[in-house]
Amino acid sequence: MIKNMLILLLLIPGFVFAVETAIPLDEMEPDLNDKASLQRGMKTFMNYCHACHSLKYQRYQRTADDLGIPHNLMMEHLVFDPSAQIGALMDNVLSDDTAKQWFGAAPPDLTLYTQLKGGPGYFYTYMRSFYEDPTRPFGVNNLLFENVGMPHVLLDLQGVQRKVCKDIPKLAANGGEVRDPLTGESVSEEKCGEELIERGYSPLGLVEGTGQLSLEEYDQVIYDLANFLYYTGDPSRQDRERIGIYVLLFLAFFYVFTHLLGREYSKEFH
Amino acid sequence: MSAAFKNFMDWIDARLPVTETFEKHMSKYYAPKNFNFWYFFGVLATVVLVSQLFTGIWLTMSYVPTAEGAFASVEYIMRDVDYGWMLRYMHSTGASAFFFVVYLHMFRGMAYGSYQKPRELIWLLGMLLFVALMAEGFFGYLLPWGNLAYWAGQVIVSLAGAIPFVGEDLAVWVRGDFNISGITLNRFFALHVVLLPLVLIVLVFLHILALHEVGSNNPDGVDIKKHLDEDGTPLDGIPFHPYYTIGHDLPAIVAFLFFFCIVMFFYPEGGGYLIERPNYEPANPLKTPELIVPVWYYTPFYSMLRAVTFPLFGVDAKFWGLVVMAGAIVIPAVLPWLDRSPVKSIRYKGLGSKIFLAVFIVAFFILGYLGTKHPTAERTLIAQICTAIYFGYFLLMPWYTQVEKTKPVPERVPS
Amino acid sequence: MRERSANTRRRNFLIGATSVVGAAGVVGAAVPFVGSWNPSARALAAGAPIKLDISKLAPGEILGPLRAWRDRPIFVVKRSEEMLMKLNSRNDRLADPDSSRPQQPEYAKNETRSIRPDILVLEGLCTHLGCSPQFKPVVKPEQFDTEWLGGFFCACHGSKFDLAGRVYSGVPAPSNLKVPPHYYESDAVIVIGKEEGVV
Repeated sequence: MIKNMLILLLLIPGFVFAVETAIPLDEMEPDLNDKASLQRGMKTFMNYCHACHSLKYQRYQRTADDLGIPHNLMMEHLVFDPSAQIGALMDNVLSDDTAKQWFGAAPPDLTLYTQLKGGPGYFYTYMRSFYEDPTRPFGVNNLLFENVGMPHVLLDLQGVQRKVCKDIPKLAANGGEVRDPLTGESVSEEKCGEELIERGYSPLGLVEGTGQLSLEEYDQVIYDLANFLYYTGDPSRQDRERIGIYVLLFLAFFYVFTHLLGREYSKEFH
Repeated sequence: MSAAFKNFMDWIDARLPVTETFEKHMSKYYAPKNFNFWYFFGVLATVVLVSQLFTGIWLTMSYVPTAEGAFASVEYIMRDVDYGWMLRYMHSTGASAFFFVVYLHMFRGMAYGSYQKPRELIWLLGMLLFVALMAEGFFGYLLPWGNLAYWAGQVIVSLAGAIPFVGEDLAVWVRGDFNISGITLNRFFALHVVLLPLVLIVLVFLHILALHEVGSNNPDGVDIKKHLDEDGTPLDGIPFHPYYTIGHDLPAIVAFLFFFCIVMFFYPEGGGYLIERPNYEPANPLKTPELIVPVWYYTPFYSMLRAVTFPLFGVDAKFWGLVVMAGAIVIPAVLPWLDRSPVKSIRYKGLGSKIFLAVFIVAFFILGYLGTKHPTAERTLIAQICTAIYFGYFLLMPWYTQVEKTKPVPERVPS
Repeated sequence: MRERSANTRRRNFLIGATSVVGAAGVVGAAVPFVGSWNPSARALAAGAPIKLDISKLAPGEILGPLRAWRDRPIFVVKRSEEMLMKLNSRNDRLADPDSSRPQQPEYAKNETRSIRPDILVLEGLCTHLGCSPQFKPVVKPEQFDTEWLGGFFCACHGSKFDLAGRVYSGVPAPSNLKVPPHYYESDAVIVIGKEEGVV
């Protein structure tokens, strides 16, 4: 019977709702046990994002408790709304009407953003895909979100990215890299834009010296931010998985008894 | 102790037939002794129903059925209410589990001919249950006020608009508004939490009552009432309690709960199939999600709706799509009168029935898969072929069940 | 026969064990249903401690009932000199004049049931069945008490309390009105709902 059920269960997984995006998403493995990362992510969020993007389904107190931040430190350093108490929802003061005047559309609430996008990968990629585009109102565009209405808030940290062309290994018709017959070194060719994306390269390049952070440091900031939003998407995730293990262990234990008892009855007529 | 208990039961039984009812439906209800794996799903559906009733009642304690408050109240349940996330995920996973076990339960009935005489009414009540369950699921799906749910609701209600002459007025009447709105949400809430649960409970009751009147079918389709012992009990029957309740069903329920909890605790969103991603933003009447698909359990029928792309007899394709979809849902109800086979079970039916059933199942799966995807020219063609197979299975049944050669059914349950 | 009894024993043991484990499972399954009735994070946030400015409160006046801490009505009364003088004059009529029942924090267990003698802070819920009493400060013969000295009167079931929230004897309410935890942030600002120094 268990075997039959397992076969049925095999029919379920494997399905994952695929969403097509303009560029392939960068992998990012969130880690809810890394409290330091979540705290840094929250700090970045409150300083750079919260003025426009609310987290209106999440409460300061719950976040402080889950992230291991003492309430008084939270109130002093991370809560900028003077009227907010620790138990308040993390709403912001920007009204939708004002926001529409500034940006053309109200910035979405981000509590559930990673849930909406099926994981933190979208956000992680998005925040690293801004590039200079003077035709846009805020001077930037985004590879993942064409003609985005949002300025690059972390521009000072990351620095200016531009669309560039890159020398990449040339591919032969059979898919292998072309090598110089004399030296044995691979031959490179210059590719731009779409063709770079197709080959798995980023079509963006950072202008040296324009950002306060190094490439790795900036990626870490975005990782922490994405990690934090992954947390707010479903704050009970860790509780859920912890309790789930106990429930499964209990059911497995209970099954042994019901199975033995069931066999006692079945063997009477089989 | 036991004397006191007996006195107590005598007192009760003189006033309420507790012992008599228990014996009639449990300890002296004789079920065929050859039930197999496929006979779990009836009892599992009951388990899920009870779970849905309880979690549902508990969810209404914190849910707000208004357009302004619904979405936030679901997040309130998920975050602010102690164990709210558990109740909500139990309910959302339970909805999918309900259809999962009901589909398998229906498949069992089809494969073993459980709809045949004298069980036509059991089957009809079951079909009513299935339709009521689909309605229940549909109304409930709108309640969290997610954007995909909103637009899926919009699409399904707009279907009514396909009915000639009265369609548009009917759609407005169902919505109570000119677009899906808080008014619609309110009435869907009332239907979902009060009316349809009552209907479901009554139908389940009648379904089981009818079953216990004529007795259960079995994988061999043997009539166990033909061979009775001197006391008049079927030789191939065993008391439902305790042999099936404890001996057969209890371990199965625990095993089912185990798999249910794997999904509920570790994959509650089911990769975007159990809780779809666009439902993580509130309903927005100005922004349609890129891909409107129903939850997985409706997708086979949704596929058939979309497969109809050509007008017929001067009437829009939209109308025929509705007819095909409604027909696909309703047509299994007439199975008892389509099946002309002298035998019940697929085990003794001929090759024709076996092939048709296999192809039907494959087509049903393909339709279900296609329903989750954007339609393309090829996919629509495949969906059309599968729709034809779906209806072919039913409409050709009077023919292929009569011409095929069946195997002889044993007199007694083979051991 | 022996084999038979061994089988029965085994079966009885399994029935017992399965029942016990199953009962534990039912209890476990009940936890989320029971737990979800606890005050939610929203209720706790709404019941958070409050700050009140009492600088404009005149002697003999009441601030409240305020829909405040834990959503319960809160009374803040500023007692006049005269009221305080009379406060302990008829203690023989009170059920618990010394506040011996734990209806107040330690720092309010005194003659005036308050931190500052003049300011009285109470939860405005009758200790009988939870109605909210009325503030009747004026000393005059009342329908319910011809020798009324001022205090709180609960119209629901006729319980009477003096101007320190102490219950009269011979009324349905068993104990004095509750004094919630509170402290003074400054002379003018009072914090109700938590003790001083507790985060």
